[in-house]
Amino acid sequence: MSALFLHVVERDFLAYKRMWLVFLSGFAEPVFFLLSIGVGVGELVGDVHVGGETVSYQAFVAPALLAVSAMNGAVFDTTFNFFFKYKYSKSFDAMLATPLGPTDVAMGELTWALLRGTIYSTAFFALLLAFGLVASPWAVLAVPVAMLIGFAFAGAGMAATTWMRSFVDFDYVGIVLIPLFLFSATFFPISEYPTGLQIVVRCTPLYQGVALERSLILGDVSWALLGHACYLAVMGVVGLWVAGRRLGRLLQP
Amino acid sequence: MSETPLIDARGLVKRFGDFTAVDHLDVQVQPGEAFGFLGPNGAGKTSTMRMIACVSQRDGGALSVLGMDPATEGSAIRARLGVVPQDDTLDLELTVRDNVLIYGRYFGLSRAETRRRADELLEFVQLTDRRDDRVDALSGGMRRRLTIARSLVNQPELVLLDEPTTGLDPQARHLVWERLYRLKRSGATLVLTTHYMDEAEQLCDRLVIMDGGRIVAEGSPRALIDRHSTRDVVELRFADEHAQHAALARLEQVGERREVLPDRVLVYTADGDADVERLTSDGPHPESLLVRRSTLEDVFLTLTGRSLEE
Repeated sequence: MSALFLHVVERDFLAYKRMWLVFLSGFAEPVFFLLSIGVGVGELVGDVHVGGETVSYQAFVAPALLAVSAMNGAVFDTTFNFFFKYKYSKSFDAMLATPLGPTDVAMGELTWALLRGTIYSTAFFALLLAFGLVASPWAVLAVPVAMLIGFAFAGAGMAATTWMRSFVDFDYVGIVLIPLFLFSATFFPISEYPTGLQIVVRCTPLYQGVALERSLILGDVSWALLGHACYLAVMGVVGLWVAGRRLGRLLQP
Repeated sequence: MSETPLIDARGLVKRFGDFTAVDHLDVQVQPGEAFGFLGPNGAGKTSTMRMIACVSQRDGGALSVLGMDPATEGSAIRARLGVVPQDDTLDLELTVRDNVLIYGRYFGLSRAETRRRADELLEFVQLTDRRDDRVDALSGGMRRRLTIARSLVNQPELVLLDEPTTGLDPQARHLVWERLYRLKRSGATLVLTTHYMDEAEQLCDRLVIMDGGRIVAEGSPRALIDRHSTRDVVELRFADEHAQHAALARLEQVGERREVLPDRVLVYTADGDADVERLTSDGPHPESLLVRRSTLEDVFLTLTGRSLEE
C-alpha cells in the first residue's frame, strides 16, 4: 500500500472543479428534510422523551438527519458514480495501466466520497448550531462520526456495486436505503417499535449511526457508543476489502 | 543475442472459460526493437498485450517483462511502461491537458514535472491548441494522439500500442506513424498489434503473425515476404467467370503458384514482368492486369486464410 491512491482523489478533485454546481447540490438534501420534517412536522408532534430527557422534535430528528445524509452521500458516490466510472467512462482502466492497483482505486474513490461527505456534514452541523439544536459539548465528535458512517456505507456501497450489471440493478439500492432511512429510529424513538422489531432495528447499520449522532449531540453518552462505532468501522473495512478484490477480478480479467 | 530481452514469454497461455485465447506463445522482444503482433480479429493479440501490460493474469507459461514477473511485480513494471490501449481510455470528465497531467500524477511524478512534460507532449502530438477542450469534443484521430501523448508521460522504456491507428483517416494515420517513428528513433522499444499490413511494414523491425492464439510465422517484414510469398504478384481480372475459367489452363504454365478468387486470379511469381510478357503474347485477354511487388498482406492472407474470422 502506498500513497498513490491520493492521486485518484486528486483526479476527482480536478473533475469536480468543473462541476461545482453538482457539488453544491449535496448541501440541499438534509436542509430540506430538516425544514420540512423537523420544523414542519415538529410543530404537530411536540416534544419527545429520550434518555430520561425531553427535547423538541427538531432536536430529536436533526442528529438522525446528519447520519442519514452521511449515508446517502457515501452510497450515492460509491454506487452510481462509481459504477459509471468503472463501466462506462473507463477512467479506472486508465488508472490500472499505471502503477496504481485495484485497491488504490477503491481507496482513492472511498477517500473522495469521505472528503465530500465531510464537507456536507460540517455545513449541516453548522446549521444545527445556528438553529440551537446542539445540546452537548460531545457534539464535537458529530462530524468525525459522520465520517465514520460515510466510511461504512461507502465500503458497503462500493462492494455492492461490483455485483451490479446495469443501472437497472440500482433499484435494489433504493429498496435497501429507504427502509433504513425510515426505520432506523430516525423519526421516532426505538422504544416505539414492538420488541421483536427493536432487535432487528438494532442490528441494522444506519441505526448505529443514528444512535451515535443522537447521543453525542443531545449529550446522552455511554460506553455502548463504542459498540456502534466498531460495527461501522468493521463494515467499512470489510466493504473496502471486498471491493478491492472484486475490482481486481472485474477490471483485470 | 547477448542482451536480456525486454519481453520474454515462454509457453504463455490465456484462457477465458473453455476458450484458449493465447495458446503456448513463445516470444522475445529485444531493447530498441519495434516489434509487431499481426493477426486477424480474435487471434489473441490483445490478450497477449494485456498480459504484457500487467493488467491480465496469465493462465500458464512464463512471462518476464523488463526482467520482472508481472504476476508479482505488476506495479513496478507498469511504472516503466507506456500503454496505448485499443479503446482510448481517456478521462471524459477532464480536459485534454488535465488528462495528461493527472496521468503523470498516477505515476507519482511531481506537479511541476508533469506540467512541463504535458506541455511538451501536447506539442509533440500537435494538440497544444486544444489543450483546454473537453475530450469528447475531439475527433477520433485527436483522441488517439492524446492517448499516445498520455502514454509517454512517464518516459517509458517500453511502449505497448494496441491497434494504434484503427479507425483513423489516412491523414491521422500518417501523423501517428510519423510520431511513432520518431519515438522509435529516440530509442524506445515499441510493441504494437495491428491488422494493417502497411502499418507493420512501416513500423516493425520484426513481427509475428498470430492465428488462433498461436504464432504461424515470425521474422522481419522482408524475410516473411521472401519466405511465404514470391517477389511479384500478377493480378488478372476477367470479363466474366467464363473467361476466367478458360484462361486458367494457360495461367497454369506461368509463375510458382496461383490463387483463384471469385473476382480475379493471383499469380505468385519471381518475375512478374516476364510472365506478363509471355502471357500477353499468346494468351488470355484479361480485362485488367496489374503487376506489383508482394506485400505482407499476401503473406498474411496466405498464412491465415481468406475466410472471415469473427
